[in-house]
Amino acid sequence: MKPPPFAYLRPETPEEALAALASEADSALLLAGGQSLMAMLNMRLAQPSLLIDIGSLGALSYVRISGGALAVGAASTQSALEHRSGLVGEAPLLAQALPHLGHYQTRNRGTVCGSIAHADPSGELPLCLVALKGEVALRSVRERRIVQAEQFFLGALSTTRRPDEMIEEARFPLRRKGEGHAFRELSMRQGDFAICAVAASATADGLRLAVGGVADRPVARDWPLLEGGTLDDALSDFAWDLEARDDMHASARYRRMLVRKLGRAALEEAMSCRNG
Amino acid sequence: MSKRLSPDAQHRISLVLNGRAAHGRAEPRMLLSDFLRHVLGATGTHVGCEHGVCGACTVRVDGLAVRSCLMLAVQAEGRCVDTVEGLAGEDGTLGALQLAFRHHHALQCGFCTAGILMSLADWLTRTPKPDERALREMLSGHLCRCTGYTGIVRAALAAAAEISGRKTAEEAPHV
Repeated sequence: MKPPPFAYLRPETPEEALAALASEADSALLLAGGQSLMAMLNMRLAQPSLLIDIGSLGALSYVRISGGALAVGAASTQSALEHRSGLVGEAPLLAQALPHLGHYQTRNRGTVCGSIAHADPSGELPLCLVALKGEVALRSVRERRIVQAEQFFLGALSTTRRPDEMIEEARFPLRRKGEGHAFRELSMRQGDFAICAVAASATADGLRLAVGGVADRPVARDWPLLEGGTLDDALSDFAWDLEARDDMHASARYRRMLVRKLGRAALEEAMSCRNG
Repeated sequence: MSKRLSPDAQHRISLVLNGRAAHGRAEPRMLLSDFLRHVLGATGTHVGCEHGVCGACTVRVDGLAVRSCLMLAVQAEGRCVDTVEGLAGEDGTLGALQLAFRHHHALQCGFCTAGILMSLADWLTRTPKPDERALREMLSGHLCRCTGYTGIVRAALAAAAEISGRKTAEEAPHV
């Protein structure tokens, strides 16, 4: 339960971090808050030759409004986002989801972009990013590119980020007038991995539900405004299409039930707060 | 360019531990929890699961409660680290949190206690008037295998009242 040996670099600028990453992209890893990576190092699931610590880079530590989205820099912690005054109005889905993310003590150090880069299938932030149709801004020494959230996550712990790329910022679209959002999660204990988590959005003419913890990545589906049995049928079809599996925490059948129940509750809440 | 620390060499690390300058040497792979205990001799910080789940190793880094097993010693360079050793006064007088824990029997074997105290020392400064639900959510980041949560919750709420009461009377509380 101790990390394997590695070299350590604390760069002073993002450019220095990217240059180091490019020169050893096959064996270097970026370390930000370390709330997933340090555990993986301790268990020797990761064995990099070099850790590049971007966690204290001031240039990457920001949460700001830019182009209709809340842009969160690579060094900003989950706690900084959670305690941003005005978050409830700007991104009510994030305000609801963040308290479910790990624990108070891990949010103090864990970063928003790190959680997205880690891409745990039950992660709350990847789920919110997909639900809100957010973007990931990637940067390497060669180029900058923007990837839509739904294209970013490929599977469990797998993303389209190339080994020489850093997530520079994550962009969560701001709540627009007439939009309602709601989040629901079931886990064995507060702060545990989600057995099922759902993020719902509703507008005047449509519904959207994203589900985490069931498939190997967060998956979203859009519908026109549905209600009653039609909505139940749509949710059931979605639950089956996620191809849930049995594991030690819950059966596939139970997870499908959670998609239906939590999905319905979240969509109804989202519809009810569209005009708030 | 920043200096790259080689994997197999011992690097000097300077930090402020409980308000006093401290330094020691460590390889990059050394965890902050091990550095505190084995290099600096601050064994009040306990080590349980070493993957961030149990909360026993929680310390404050620049004021914030964090897992010292999920942080490298080299990352603490230049930072202020507070551990359970810093909660009591110079003469050994217990702080308000420690007194409340003793009064309400909030520890049994005591293994988890240091981490819980350090979380509370941070959390209560940001949440001076906590309700029990919020407190229990925060405490979900700590495992007490003696199952003594009732006493812990009671002690934390009593300490919060004591600290916030004293704050109005004396202005500067020592948590």
